[in-house]
Amino acid sequence: MSRFAYPAWQGRPSFAVRTAKVVALAVIVALVIFPLWAVVSTSLADPQEVIDNGGWVIWPSRFDVGAYREILDGGIVTRALLVSAGITTVGTALSLTCTIGLAYALSRPRLYGGKPILLLVLFTFLFPPGMVPLFLVVNGVGLFDQYAALILPFLINVFNLVVMRGFFQSIPEELLEAARLDGAGEFAMLRRIVLPLSKAVIAVVGLFYAVAYWNRFFEAIIYFNDQTKWPIGTVLRQYVTGGAALAEGGEGTVSSPQSIQMAVVVLATLPIVCVYPFLQRYFVKGVLTGALKS
Amino acid sequence: MVMTRVRESGGIPTTSASEPGATPPARPGRRLRADLVLLLLLLPGLLYFLVFHYGALFGNVLAFQDYVPFLGVRDSAWVGFAHFERMFTDPLFWSAVANTVLIALLQLIFFFPAPLALALLLHSIVGDTIRKFVQSVVYLPHFLSWVIVIALFQHMLGGAGVVNGWLADLGVGGIEIIGNPDAYKPLVVAQVIWKECGWATIIFLAALANIDEQMYEAAALDGASWWRRLWHVTLPAIRPVIILLLVLRLGEFLSIGFEQFFLQRQSVGAEAGEVLDTFVYYTGFASGDFGYAAAVGLFKGVIGVALIYAANRVAHRFGEQGIYRS
Repeated sequence: MSRFAYPAWQGRPSFAVRTAKVVALAVIVALVIFPLWAVVSTSLADPQEVIDNGGWVIWPSRFDVGAYREILDGGIVTRALLVSAGITTVGTALSLTCTIGLAYALSRPRLYGGKPILLLVLFTFLFPPGMVPLFLVVNGVGLFDQYAALILPFLINVFNLVVMRGFFQSIPEELLEAARLDGAGEFAMLRRIVLPLSKAVIAVVGLFYAVAYWNRFFEAIIYFNDQTKWPIGTVLRQYVTGGAALAEGGEGTVSSPQSIQMAVVVLATLPIVCVYPFLQRYFVKGVLTGALKS
Repeated sequence: MVMTRVRESGGIPTTSASEPGATPPARPGRRLRADLVLLLLLLPGLLYFLVFHYGALFGNVLAFQDYVPFLGVRDSAWVGFAHFERMFTDPLFWSAVANTVLIALLQLIFFFPAPLALALLLHSIVGDTIRKFVQSVVYLPHFLSWVIVIALFQHMLGGAGVVNGWLADLGVGGIEIIGNPDAYKPLVVAQVIWKECGWATIIFLAALANIDEQMYEAAALDGASWWRRLWHVTLPAIRPVIILLLVLRLGEFLSIGFEQFFLQRQSVGAEAGEVLDTFVYYTGFASGDFGYAAAVGLFKGVIGVALIYAANRVAHRFGEQGIYRS
């Protein structure tokens, strides 16, 4: 432990203190990692082993991807994964475009009508729309049973908007002024100066949107009559809360329901875990902490 | 937390307006034309807020109607405050209020201090590698959806879960946590701690990193123990952040989340599991009583605004910034 430089005023903590800290951190890490581990190993275990062991396996004696093969074989889960991927892609693109447009316009100091519009937007943070009135609006604009019902009502997140606007405001005015003297219009300035400088914050906000779209499940229950349009979260909810019904063999499945269920959990989690390192990179860059701090 | 920024930057610009390159003040018509491109950029976003936020805000008129979907908002009969009168005498509503307040209190007592403790622990770790590794592990659950988190909890703590399996191997009787109404409230608080505690340390860690090292040196020279340095240097230095977060939490006291409770309410029944948001859902979407559900939703929204306003006043009294400046 001596390779770490403790500040002179602090001195090196006693062995007992250091041990206690390491144990505490190890327990915390285990509490997060272990459930994920247990789910992955159950999903990959031999179905008979899962049944024999009462529904879970920590160390599979042999690997079996039967559960994955079964749910990826063009059934409802396959479809739901594709729906989620589509909603996430289209939604993130639309959300980013609209958020950048609004944030950039509102970051210009002398925008015509900028201040009332900003207040109009920020007020919604205090009073989020109620579930029932929002349902009426979504229905009223003809989005019932449309994939857009999972995108348009959540197009802009005020938190993301404020983070992005704050970043745009921090771009030195001199840069924009120079471009303006070269005859660049507002759109050209956004495209050639602001956006290239804002790659990191756009990436963070984009990933936030993507994670939110991927995780959304509740809205499909109230907006979609057609269950084939359900995204993965909504289907997973069926597996999770309807686990008992599945266990009675209603689906005539080969694998044990537990390994199927856990395989669905893994597939719903995997994309998040895959983009997580990219999110992490920007924490390190301090983009996010900087924004959060302010 | 981000809202504080808005205040400083949303005000009247002072520097840029007096810049040498700035054009002289023009008539509104010319300003409008000059800003046309910007206004076009802003239009889709503005439309979104007008339709889905202000449209929904207007949709609250439902709360004063005997809403019939076939007739729509325009032709449904007005009932005045009848839904609100019914609400105040509805034992199911009060049961949902009681559950919501109890869970919010438990969250405040157990969930609010947890990230502060974890942040203090992480901050005291001198080794960069260990600290960063732990941070990346504990931030992860924030990005998982509630469906996944609850699936994980069921797999671990459910009747056929890992923990009960271990207990059976040890010859100890099983513990009934999932689906047990008596264990529901501690369970949902444990879930929110598991999911959000790590993420919530970010803001405390940022505040801790800003403390002036010289303060610690001076305290150590005066012979201050570890405990006294924590009490007299660390905590006072991050007091503004703690108060700000506390105020935000109190302002959103009733917003304990929806999806977590929606997913688990059925497994424990309404008596233990109904909170205000699930009450709105079941009244509106399961029973089709849209007007009454909207009234309950509106009531919660109005209380929410009042709480934010009150919490902000308290923050100002403490000499802190709060969420917005009046």
